[in-house]
Amino acid sequence: MAETTLDTPAETHRPRRIKWEAIGDHIILILGALLMMLPPLLALTTASHDAVTIHREGLQLTLGDDLGKNFRAAMFERGGFTQTVDGMLMLMNSFILGIGFAVGKIVISMMAAYAIVYFRLRFATLAFWVIFTTLLLPLEVRILPSYEAIQKLGLTNTYTGLIVPLIASATGTFFFRQFFMSVPEELAEAARIDGAGPWKFFVDILIPLSKTMIAAIFIIMFVFGWNQYLWPTLITTDESFFTLVRGIKQIVLSYTDSQIPEHGQALALAIVAMIPPVLVVVFFQNWFVKGLTESDK
Amino acid sequence: MKRAGFDTIWLPVALLLPQLMIIAIFFYWPAGWALQSSFFLQDPFGFGSTFVMAENYTSLLGNDQYKRVAGFTILYSVLVTFFSLAIALLLAVKADKVIKGAKTYRTLLMWVYAIAPPVAGFLGILFFDQSTGPLTKFFQVFGWDFKLGVDYNATATAMVIVAVWKQVPVNSIFFLSGLQSIPRSVREAAMIDNRSATGRFWQVTFPLLAPTAFFLLIINITYALFDTFGIIDALMKGEPGNNPMTLVYKVYLDGFRGNDLGGSSAQSVILMALVLLLTVFQFRLVERRIHYT
Amino acid sequence: MAQVTLEGIRKVYPNGFQAVQTTSFTIQDGEFVVLVGPSGCGKSTLLRMIAGLEDITEGVLKIGDRVVNDVDPADRDIAMVFQNYALYPHMTVRKNIGYGLKNRGAPTAEIDAKVEDAAKMLNLSEYLDRKPAQLSGGQRQRVAMGRAVVRDPALFLFDEPLSNLDAKLRNQMRIEIKALQRRLRTTAVYVTHDQVEAMTMADRIIVLIQGRIEQIGTPSEIYHNPASTFVASFMGAPPMNLIEAEVDQQSVRINGFGNQIQAPQSFDGPVTLGIRPEDVEMDEQGQVVFHVDILEELGAHRLLHGRLANQPFSVMLGKDDAAQIGETKINLKPEALRLFDRKTGLRL
Repeated sequence: MAETTLDTPAETHRPRRIKWEAIGDHIILILGALLMMLPPLLALTTASHDAVTIHREGLQLTLGDDLGKNFRAAMFERGGFTQTVDGMLMLMNSFILGIGFAVGKIVISMMAAYAIVYFRLRFATLAFWVIFTTLLLPLEVRILPSYEAIQKLGLTNTYTGLIVPLIASATGTFFFRQFFMSVPEELAEAARIDGAGPWKFFVDILIPLSKTMIAAIFIIMFVFGWNQYLWPTLITTDESFFTLVRGIKQIVLSYTDSQIPEHGQALALAIVAMIPPVLVVVFFQNWFVKGLTESDK
Repeated sequence: MKRAGFDTIWLPVALLLPQLMIIAIFFYWPAGWALQSSFFLQDPFGFGSTFVMAENYTSLLGNDQYKRVAGFTILYSVLVTFFSLAIALLLAVKADKVIKGAKTYRTLLMWVYAIAPPVAGFLGILFFDQSTGPLTKFFQVFGWDFKLGVDYNATATAMVIVAVWKQVPVNSIFFLSGLQSIPRSVREAAMIDNRSATGRFWQVTFPLLAPTAFFLLIINITYALFDTFGIIDALMKGEPGNNPMTLVYKVYLDGFRGNDLGGSSAQSVILMALVLLLTVFQFRLVERRIHYT
Repeated sequence: MAQVTLEGIRKVYPNGFQAVQTTSFTIQDGEFVVLVGPSGCGKSTLLRMIAGLEDITEGVLKIGDRVVNDVDPADRDIAMVFQNYALYPHMTVRKNIGYGLKNRGAPTAEIDAKVEDAAKMLNLSEYLDRKPAQLSGGQRQRVAMGRAVVRDPALFLFDEPLSNLDAKLRNQMRIEIKALQRRLRTTAVYVTHDQVEAMTMADRIIVLIQGRIEQIGTPSEIYHNPASTFVASFMGAPPMNLIEAEVDQQSVRINGFGNQIQAPQSFDGPVTLGIRPEDVEMDEQGQVVFHVDILEELGAHRLLHGRLANQPFSVMLGKDDAAQIGETKINLKPEALRLFDRKTGLRL
């Protein structure tokens, strides 16, 4: 009457096909990964040799003996023209720039985005377009007048002058605006019924809700700030404000001395300059990817 | 604006103020200043400036060197965009396909994003070193006496290669994300309708990736135009001389080293117009094509 | 011949999870077979193995006389309708329907003709040049069917195609799909978790739970002679009443009560007694006491919900039969009684 499973032994036990296609895919991916990894890896191995070897023979494949020496010199020896700067100082400056920029950007753009999205302002649209047009001029294009502005304000060689002008662009505001628009209307309405005013709503509900977004954009902004080159170069002539990225340039450019530039130290610095942003991006991968892909307007 | 918008005025104004102030001081003031000084010719000894109207602009457009730099910028943008997109697409497609190790590949491919452009340029110097650089030797095998910093084409090639290397990760991430947002069932339906994997890719997958691709096109062009500053600066080792450079680098050069404020400002304005064009293009084209499902 | 044969088919995922236990059955040419069961029972996995979208861990799959274990989906001469339609968003309806034909090298004129025919059959003619985003859910569903129909395959596969439609549309499409299959006489394998769809559409039903087949049979067989308590309670609405009882030789004692009913079979021990709500009669002199708690008015019938021997029990009455809340007596039609072993759930 009712059929149920039959335990017929399988007629043929099919051998699994070797998927050549899959092997090819992996090869391409491995090559790609190697391509990406090779330069910094070689930087690491090369940084373990002394300057003379590097100068004469270029990139090294094997690990030498001078890794520790070069790192120590780069980080702890005071160098530069005024003999006041060492790697640690530059590291700290890079951190200040990276974190300062990221935090500043997030705070300011969240507030601005909140103001534009959640309030009945007659000039909200105007404010939006005013902010939007900042996308039109990347910093590099208005570098000269921005420098003049900082000079006139007397903010050269200050952390403020270093960080604040970088915040003058719409990317963060856009990002949060887009996110806030996607938050269900009902949430604000429920908060209103519960008696929460606009500020409480912002602090108690909206900000906690935005945690992942904040993390995501923090990562991107931190890396951006840390890797800043042109602006710090112009604004800070005082060596005690140098960031790592700036410091590397300094070493490489010192061809003017009769001495061979300290390539090993420069490479060590370069590696130190690479590590924090890379660590942040790798360990917080998911947030990072999310931040990147969601920040397309 | 939200349906449930609050009615208070003072709070939003207070919230907007910091951003608007910063923008006013560090964006509009400099931008306006650049616009203004582009119409003046500065006395090289700093004694004032004469209103020359559009002369700065016309002299630029007639200037051979400017044209050369503009030409290189365009070529550079095209090459960097094309190669970094192509390589990234290939890697993303493969990374999306493999089941094992997808996450590891993604990590390995993406982390180069975090490297600063000047640092990348610095690595480039070592790789392309005239006597010892491995890539120099590579090119010599093909009969090309590769001299970074001396030979215009060699330096240009190095700039392209380093810029592409640094940009592939970002593009891969976006492509991968785009691929993963294509519903699996659509791809399975294609498997039933078309036995050729390449056919399926070009007829079904790629068209659905088009919005991402357009978006990336704009991002990459912007990258090539502006964010490669550090790479270019590093590879020419601070000696502009006869080396290739992009328009934005020239803005910097003429403004800071050459003290040609008027000319540099005029260049800025031209670049600003270009960015305006790109942004409009991006909004129009990308927004229209985005939502299919 | 589009017979589908599964011999010893099994599916185990790389992480060790067995989605489908060793299974064999045959689907006849032209038959409409429905795979039904709760979430996670393996029905979709089975369907996808037939389609070629999942690898078969063990066993032999034949379509017609051909062993297709390692054959690409595109070469199995099948067509599939997905739950979320899987239409190509960037192509017009016309291109969507014709895509499969195009890749098989059919001449353009022939493709156009076939697409027009399919569109007419499915009332899509005026939408041919629109894109999926411009269509309603029901229209998209029909485009998905058009895509399948136009290829005239040996086998149709449906993966819960009606789940995303509203109730009214679902009822309508059920009839349309069945009628279409009847007309084309193509073998069809249909997956659903909705037992109504199974009962109304299938020539034969395969009931699955946790990766194994619980019963294969016609809707009538499944309904009247369920092989287990699971099938009895899953299939048919309202579900079969299942009461815990004991059998002592020829007598059934319902737990806690001394009601005596003749047992269909001889068996000693704990059992579950099954009877469909419509096989119960109201009778003042009845064998069993039934407490009515709720009366559901369904228009054509009435459904009484309550307790029998303190266990939930339902009785279905005709629309004119008298009914009221409170205690009453009922008779259980002896030929409708089904006994299940309480421990295994299997039919005795």
